[in-house]
Amino acid sequence: MSEATLDRASHGAEVMEASPFAIPSSKLVMWLFIISDACTFGAMLFAYGYIRNSAADWPLVFESASIWNALLMTFILVTSSLTVLLAVRDAANENRAGAFKWAMITAGLGVVFTILHLREWMSLIGEGVRPFQNPWGAPMFGASFFAVTGLHMAHVAGGVVALVVVGLGFKAGRYAFRHIEIWALYWHFVDLVWMFVVPLIYLLNMKR
Amino acid sequence: MPEQAVHVHQAPTGFIRKYVFSLDHKIIGLQYYALAFVAVFTGMVLSWLMRIHLVWPNAPIPGLGLLSKTGAPGGIVTPEYYLQLMTMHGTLMVFFVLTNAPFAAFGNYFLPIQIGAEDMAFPRFNMMSFWTTFIAFCVLVSAFFVGDGPPLSGWTAYAPLSAVGGDPGPGQAVGQTLWGLSIFIFCIASLLGSLNFIATTLDLRTKGMTLSRMPIVSWAWFITSCIALLAFAVLLPACLLLILDRVAGTSFFVPSGLNISDHMQPHQGGSPLLWQHLFWFFGHPEVYIAILPAIGIVSHILICNMRKDMLSHKVLVYCMMAIGFLSYMVWGHHMFLSGMNPFSALVFSFPTLVITIPATIMTLIWLGSLYGSNLRINSASLFCLGFISMFVSGGVSGFFLAQPSIDIYLHATYFVVGHFHMVMGVAAIMGVFAGTYFWFPKMTGRMMNETLGKWHFFLTFIGTYAIFMPFHYLGLAGNVRRYSAFTDDYLVPLVPVHKFITFAALFTGAAQLIFIFNLFYSRFKGAPAPANPWECTSLEWSTPSSPPPFDNFGGKHPVVYHDPYQYGVKSSTGDYLMQTSPEQAGQTP
Repeated sequence: MSEATLDRASHGAEVMEASPFAIPSSKLVMWLFIISDACTFGAMLFAYGYIRNSAADWPLVFESASIWNALLMTFILVTSSLTVLLAVRDAANENRAGAFKWAMITAGLGVVFTILHLREWMSLIGEGVRPFQNPWGAPMFGASFFAVTGLHMAHVAGGVVALVVVGLGFKAGRYAFRHIEIWALYWHFVDLVWMFVVPLIYLLNMKR
Repeated sequence: MPEQAVHVHQAPTGFIRKYVFSLDHKIIGLQYYALAFVAVFTGMVLSWLMRIHLVWPNAPIPGLGLLSKTGAPGGIVTPEYYLQLMTMHGTLMVFFVLTNAPFAAFGNYFLPIQIGAEDMAFPRFNMMSFWTTFIAFCVLVSAFFVGDGPPLSGWTAYAPLSAVGGDPGPGQAVGQTLWGLSIFIFCIASLLGSLNFIATTLDLRTKGMTLSRMPIVSWAWFITSCIALLAFAVLLPACLLLILDRVAGTSFFVPSGLNISDHMQPHQGGSPLLWQHLFWFFGHPEVYIAILPAIGIVSHILICNMRKDMLSHKVLVYCMMAIGFLSYMVWGHHMFLSGMNPFSALVFSFPTLVITIPATIMTLIWLGSLYGSNLRINSASLFCLGFISMFVSGGVSGFFLAQPSIDIYLHATYFVVGHFHMVMGVAAIMGVFAGTYFWFPKMTGRMMNETLGKWHFFLTFIGTYAIFMPFHYLGLAGNVRRYSAFTDDYLVPLVPVHKFITFAALFTGAAQLIFIFNLFYSRFKGAPAPANPWECTSLEWSTPSSPPPFDNFGGKHPVVYHDPYQYGVKSSTGDYLMQTSPEQAGQTP
């Protein structure tokens, strides 16, 4: 982390008042960011719901192949939440090689998730879905789908980059346990958001 | 776990690191203040242009033709250009003045000092917040110089006008996209700042500075940053979707079958109401982001000048928390006439009226504490009284607007314009003036001129009432807002009132020259300030020098022994006890 970080822990309890949460400042900031980002996703999903409810001919497009693909992506993301936990466990035990390995596996799963997602985007685009039209019904289907899943995908991609950076840095001794832990928190949050995206974007729009 | 024990104790020496890309919260605070200063005078000049156009619609304004050949040919403002000036005035004032000055500028400078910290928790984030804000400002101002000029959809950027990118008329082309981009960037900067403020308040309090011992203004900045953290997080995706509507052909905010300039728009399937929901979910908390820091500043200064604690300042803190909480439940009161279900108007009306309860409690605490107190009259305390006056006058009209049945008549009239200018605009600016006169000695080591300060106060106080009180009358008389001129209709009899307001606006604006002169004169030629000129108890007056050294307390960690407002006690320093003084207070003398 930046050398300019003034962490409470670096000042010592004898001169500072205790933080009400007893966690490093940088971890507190990640929690605050997660709260804020949850509002951002909340607003996006609200916009999607608003548009969807006001459309008369909202298309129900996802066939079982798409649903299975989404479930596979879900499985991969949930698994990556487990592997990032293992990275945190190893980091807590100062097992730098182990933490690095699990962080990279997590990042790899994130990459697989993104590839599967992009493949699905491409197939939808191939079927004629655009941000302003699609072959089936309400023209805003594409815009809502791409906006919500695109924002999520950007978060996954950002998480992959962060995990690679802190994984490498932790292995080299530049970063401390808390950096692994903070980005693991972020990763769990991205996973959690997906748990809202799947039912609202995929299952609700399943062909029936 | 290993933690690096590196501090930022070394003060930077180069000019760039010291004054431009500074990590020092004090410099960053001053940078925010300077940015707000530029923005407020730009915004004020824009309001002059609007006022002049309103009463002399055909008079050429010298030089304006150079700024916009199409918007003001020969210096004569077109109706569209009037709306463009209005939009830029509103955006500059709300985002770059009312959000920046009381919160980011004073908060950055004084929050760490008041809680006994050396700096903010994340100095680099802090520097990034300011420079990101600066970029947002540049992007916004650049809209003046693009083809078709700045946007004309108001600071609220109501869709579909703001969202239709296809058929550019004046103010609907690149300028509107730049607006969306600017506010998008501003959101990122504000979120970074809020994270930093919250982490700093919770984690960097010095020994003895428990949460309940924080001065009320630190509480105000803390609560404001909590509000901003959630509010800007919603405006961020709203701006993103607005930009997508304009450049990617989506139609989140544009309904089907919209016909503009005899041209059917290609957009389909969106809703202008969606923009209003997202915008006002941010927009109403934004009002409190502007006013809560001013409430904190004013209470802090008044307590010091009354030489006694409020009855009790802790209740004020609880009231601010209640307002912050309620601010998220009332956004629909901006949308009574937007085509929402009328029942939802009632649902939004109720919590809006509930907000008046904490606001009234605060006002009663101020007035009750002032009653019978020996208030020290100086420029800062006068502006505090001005704030209370504006807060009450502007707040009372809120009662009317909060009732859906009355709002049917008053909606989008000058009554609304008068209401929010008084309670949000002028009141918060009064708070900023009070803070400037109060903290100037600490920020520069020199006193501001009190005579000029008092002149500034009385002229500003009278002038702002002369401007904004008649607005209410105009609104009741049915004067719709956003009309660029009143030529030949039922509004013609009201033109003399508008003339009066225009003169008052020019007069009040000119009175601000006193402030500018005082600011710069005192900075260089003012009387040297004693260490604690106002005999105030909080930590910013315990620093070893004015302005404070790079690490605020000269390599020491202050220790706090008392609640923030130990006035009217017997001590070795007189009638007050510094928070850092280990002495115990004697009986009231």
